[in-house]
Amino acid sequence: MSVGSSEMQTLPSNPEPDRGRPLWLDILGITTVILVLVDLFGALLWVPREVQMGDVQRIFYFHMPSAWLALGPAFTVVFICGILYLWKKELLYDRIAVASAEIGVVFTTITLVTGPLWAKPIWGAYWTWDPRLTTTLVLWFIYVAYLMVRSSFPEGHRRARLLAVVGIVGWVDVPIVFMSIRWWRTIHPTLVSAQGMDMDPSMQAMLVFSLGVFTMLYVYLMVVRVGQETVASRLGRISQQIHIR
Amino acid sequence: MTPAPGIDEVSGRIRGTDPAEIEVKGLWKYFGHFPALRGLDLRLGAGRFLTVFGPNGAGKTTLIRVLSTQLIPSEGCVRIGSVDVDTDTTALRRRIGVISHNTFLYSNLSAVENLRFYGRMYGLEDLDTRIGDLLVQVGLKDRQEDLVAAYSRGMQQRLSIARALLHDPDIMFLDEPYTGLDQHASRMLREVLDTLHTGERTLMLTTHNLQQGLEMCDEVAIQVDGRLVYQEEVSRIDQAEFRNTYFECVGKGGGWVS
Amino acid sequence: MGFLTRIWAIAWKDILAELRAREMVLSMFLFGFLVILIFNFGIEPGLREMNLVRPGVFWSAFIFAGMLGLNRSFAGEKENDCLQGLLLCPVDRAEIYVGKFLANCVFTIVMGFFVFIFFAALYNVDVLAVGFPLAVIVVLAAVGFSSVGTLFAAVSVGLKARDVLLAILLFPVMVPVILAAAKSSGVVLDGSGLGSAGLWLGLLLVYDVVFFSISVVTFEYVVEE
Repeated sequence: MSVGSSEMQTLPSNPEPDRGRPLWLDILGITTVILVLVDLFGALLWVPREVQMGDVQRIFYFHMPSAWLALGPAFTVVFICGILYLWKKELLYDRIAVASAEIGVVFTTITLVTGPLWAKPIWGAYWTWDPRLTTTLVLWFIYVAYLMVRSSFPEGHRRARLLAVVGIVGWVDVPIVFMSIRWWRTIHPTLVSAQGMDMDPSMQAMLVFSLGVFTMLYVYLMVVRVGQETVASRLGRISQQIHIR
Repeated sequence: MTPAPGIDEVSGRIRGTDPAEIEVKGLWKYFGHFPALRGLDLRLGAGRFLTVFGPNGAGKTTLIRVLSTQLIPSEGCVRIGSVDVDTDTTALRRRIGVISHNTFLYSNLSAVENLRFYGRMYGLEDLDTRIGDLLVQVGLKDRQEDLVAAYSRGMQQRLSIARALLHDPDIMFLDEPYTGLDQHASRMLREVLDTLHTGERTLMLTTHNLQQGLEMCDEVAIQVDGRLVYQEEVSRIDQAEFRNTYFECVGKGGGWVS
Repeated sequence: MGFLTRIWAIAWKDILAELRAREMVLSMFLFGFLVILIFNFGIEPGLREMNLVRPGVFWSAFIFAGMLGLNRSFAGEKENDCLQGLLLCPVDRAEIYVGKFLANCVFTIVMGFFVFIFFAALYNVDVLAVGFPLAVIVVLAAVGFSSVGTLFAAVSVGLKARDVLLAILLFPVMVPVILAAAKSSGVVLDGSGLGSAGLWLGLLLVYDVVFFSISVVTFEYVVEE
C-alpha cells in the first residue's frame, strides 16, 4: 500500500547497508578537534603572557571568539532562516535555525562564563554591567526562550512558523537592547573602562587563529546538528507510517 | 462577474452568491507527524447536501476545518467554486458558514452583541433587521439581551446557528451539530436544515448518528482513517442496508467499498 | 474604511467582554498594588536614595501586572473556540492583531494609571506636577509592551505552560522598554521636564514603531494553522 508523495518516503523493501556519516564529515570533525587542541595549546601555553593582566588574559582567546560568534553569525542565521522559512516554507530552514540557536546558546553561555571569570581578577567584580556582556545576557534569555517554545510544540510547520516569528523579533531586539544599555551606562559612572590590552603581533595572530577555529567548530556542529534533525524528522515520519495499517 | 452584494427582496438572500462545488484531490493534513487526512479525494456538486459518516478519529473535523479554511492543507488541492483555497481566501470566507460543536460565541456578551460583532466582521448592511429576523427564526428573540453565559447548551447552539447564517453563506459546513442538543434544539436544527436545503446552498454535514445523517442529504460518504472510502447518492442506497455497509467500511479500515 | 470598523469592533468586543467579567482588570490592579507593597517591605524605609529606586518599583509592578492582562487577551478566545470563529471571518489577520493590540493598550494604560495613583500615595509623589509627563511615558511604554505582548500571547495560547512561557519570551524583549521607561520617569520624578528625558522617550518611540510594524506583519503566521 503506497503512501507516497514527494515529501514522504516509501519504506525501502531492501535497504542497502548505510555507511552513516559521509567521509568528508568525519574528516571535518577530526580536523576540527585537532585545531581546537592546537588552539588550547596556543592560547594557554604558546602565546606570550600579557603584560598588565597576566595569565588570566588568556581566557580572552576563548571569550572573544565565543562572543563574536554568538552575537554575530549564530543568531543572524536564526533570523535569516526564519525569514527564508516564512517565504519558502521549506522545513530545512527551520532545522538550520534551531541548530544555530542551540549552538548560539552554547557559545553565549561560554561568553557569559568566561567574561566574569576574567573580570573578577582584573576589575574586582564578577559582573560589571558592561554593555556588551549585559546584552549577551539578555540575548541568552531570548534564545533560551526560543528553545523553550521549540520544545513546547510538536514538530511541523506550525512550530516552524512560530519559531521564525520569535527568531525575527529576538534578533531585531538585540541592537535596541545594546543601545539602551549603552546609554544607560554612559550616564552612570562606569566601573570598567575600555579594553586596556597591549597586543603584540603574535597575540593578534593567536586571536585570529582562535576566531577561525571557533568558526570552524560552529560550522562543524551545525552540519552535524542539521543532519541529526533531518534524520530525526525522517524517522518520525517513518515510525508514524508504521503505526498506520 | 458577480453583482455587488445586497439583499434580494424576494428570496431574502444576499445577491450575487451562487452555490459552489467542492473539489478535493489528494488532501493530506499533518499534525506534527500524525496524518489526520491521508490523501483524501472528494467531489461535491454545487447546491448538493453531503453527509459524511465516520467513527471518532476518522478526521471528519479536520476535513471540515480544512475545507472551511481554518486549516492550511499540508498537501493536495482544495478547490471551492473552482477557486483554490489558497488564492483569495478572504473572499471565500465571506461565502462559508460553519456550525460546529464549539459555538464560537463570546460568553460575556449578549446574543445581540455577539451577532452584531460577527455582522460587523462580515461587513453586513441592515444588521439590526437581519439580527432580529434570525433571532426570531431560532426562537431566541425574547432572550436576546441575556449574556450567552446564561444560556443552556441548546440555546447556545441555536444562537450559533444564527451566527452561522448571519452572512447568508452559500456553502455551509456542519460538524457534528447535533452533539449535546436537547429535543427542542434538535428539531429546530432540522427545520433550519430543511430551509437551507433548497439547492441554493452547498451543504456538508458530519455525524456519527446514522439516522439523523440520512434524513435530508443528497449524498452520503464514509470517512475512515483520514480518507473517504465510500460515496454514493442517497437515492441509490437502501437505508437499512447502509448500516451494514457502514460497519463493513469501518471494520475494513482502508480500502474502497463499493 | 471597512478595516477601521472591524478593528474597532474587535477592540470594543474585548473591552466590553472584560468590563462585564471584571475579574481580570481587578486582578491586574490588585497585583500591581501588591508588587509595590512587597517591594516596599524589601527596601529600607526613609532611604536617602529612594528617588533612585522608586521608578524601578513602579515599572516592575507595571510589567508584572501587565502580564496578567496579556494572558487574558487570548484566554477569552480559547473558550468556545472563539478564535476559530474570528479566523473564519473574512478579516485580514493584521486587523485582528491591531484590534487586540488596541484593547491590550487600553487595559495596560488604565492599569498603569491606577497603579500610579497607589504608587504616588506611598511614595509621596506630587501627582499634579508630574502627572502629565508620566502619562506620556506610560502610554509609550504600554504601546511597546502591548505590541510584542499581543504577538507573543498568541504564540503561547493553548499551551499548558502558557503563563510561564509568555513571561520568558516577553521579559528579555522588554528590556529596552523597562530601561527607557524607568530612566525617563526617574528624570521626571526628580523634577526635570520631559525634555531632559528626550533620549529615552526617543528610544521608546523607535521601539514602539519597530515592534508594532513587525508584529502587524508576522501575526498572521503565528495565528494560522
